[in-house]
Amino acid sequence: MANFLVWVVWVVAAFASLASALAVVSFSNPFYSALSLIGNLASLAVLFLLLSGEFVAAGQVLVYGGAVMVMFLFVIAYLGDKTEESPWSGGPSWQVVGAVLAGGAILAEVIVVVGLKAGNFLSSPQPIGRSFGTPAALGRLFLTDHLLAFEVTSIVLLVAAVGGVVLGAHARPVDEPSPESHART
Amino acid sequence: MRGPDVQWYVVLSAILFSTGAIGVMLRRSPLIILLSVEIMLNSANLLLIAFSRLHGREDGQIFAISVMAVAASEVVVGLGLIVALGRRHVDLDVDKLRTLRG
Repeated sequence: MANFLVWVVWVVAAFASLASALAVVSFSNPFYSALSLIGNLASLAVLFLLLSGEFVAAGQVLVYGGAVMVMFLFVIAYLGDKTEESPWSGGPSWQVVGAVLAGGAILAEVIVVVGLKAGNFLSSPQPIGRSFGTPAALGRLFLTDHLLAFEVTSIVLLVAAVGGVVLGAHARPVDEPSPESHART
Repeated sequence: MRGPDVQWYVVLSAILFSTGAIGVMLRRSPLIILLSVEIMLNSANLLLIAFSRLHGREDGQIFAISVMAVAASEVVVGLGLIVALGRRHVDLDVDKLRTLRG
């Protein structure tokens, strides 16, 4: 019975993530795309929970669904109405056909490789303890085996913060006349 | 392990990744291209966590958290560029952005 329930939750979350991913690609308004990406992130967090990744699921909701998406929505609202045509409208062009073919090729390759090489191996997961994926276990691993990755990540975040400040501070509108040229005319 | 086996997660992740890739190839607005890149990064995260569960080790989850941090940095820089473009009243269309000269 519990197994059946897990299957039901998995199928619902998987279809929600697929539908919202398609919506992100298809909506003509970037605001709606960002909102459906929030749905995609939330359903992926459900899948992370089914895989006993509790801490990663919480981080997904907080960092992605919270911080990153709020920043996205702010920027979209700041830029105003930037609606473009949906890629599916106006009949199939060569770009649409090529992109869908390329995406289908990636999908077919992955599925063929997994089906040929890893059939039985993938259906026998290792047993895990109760502390698998908890913040305590992940924190211990982060500060012992993966300390270098932890420090490098902090430097990456610092560089990104500095880059964001530089990009935001030095961008002046160029079509405004500067005071000197105004004084000359 | 209750519920579906890891190969179902692999298939779902492949579908999500190709959806994001199609979005990157098709759309012209840099905002939606960034959103599609987020879909691709998240499908990779799903795969990392699924294999972490398969092997019964948490190293994959550590990797997924690092990917999240890198994705957040990428969004900061990408959105900074887009805001800088928007302030200069440049058309937000990646087909029309031919030079990087300010």
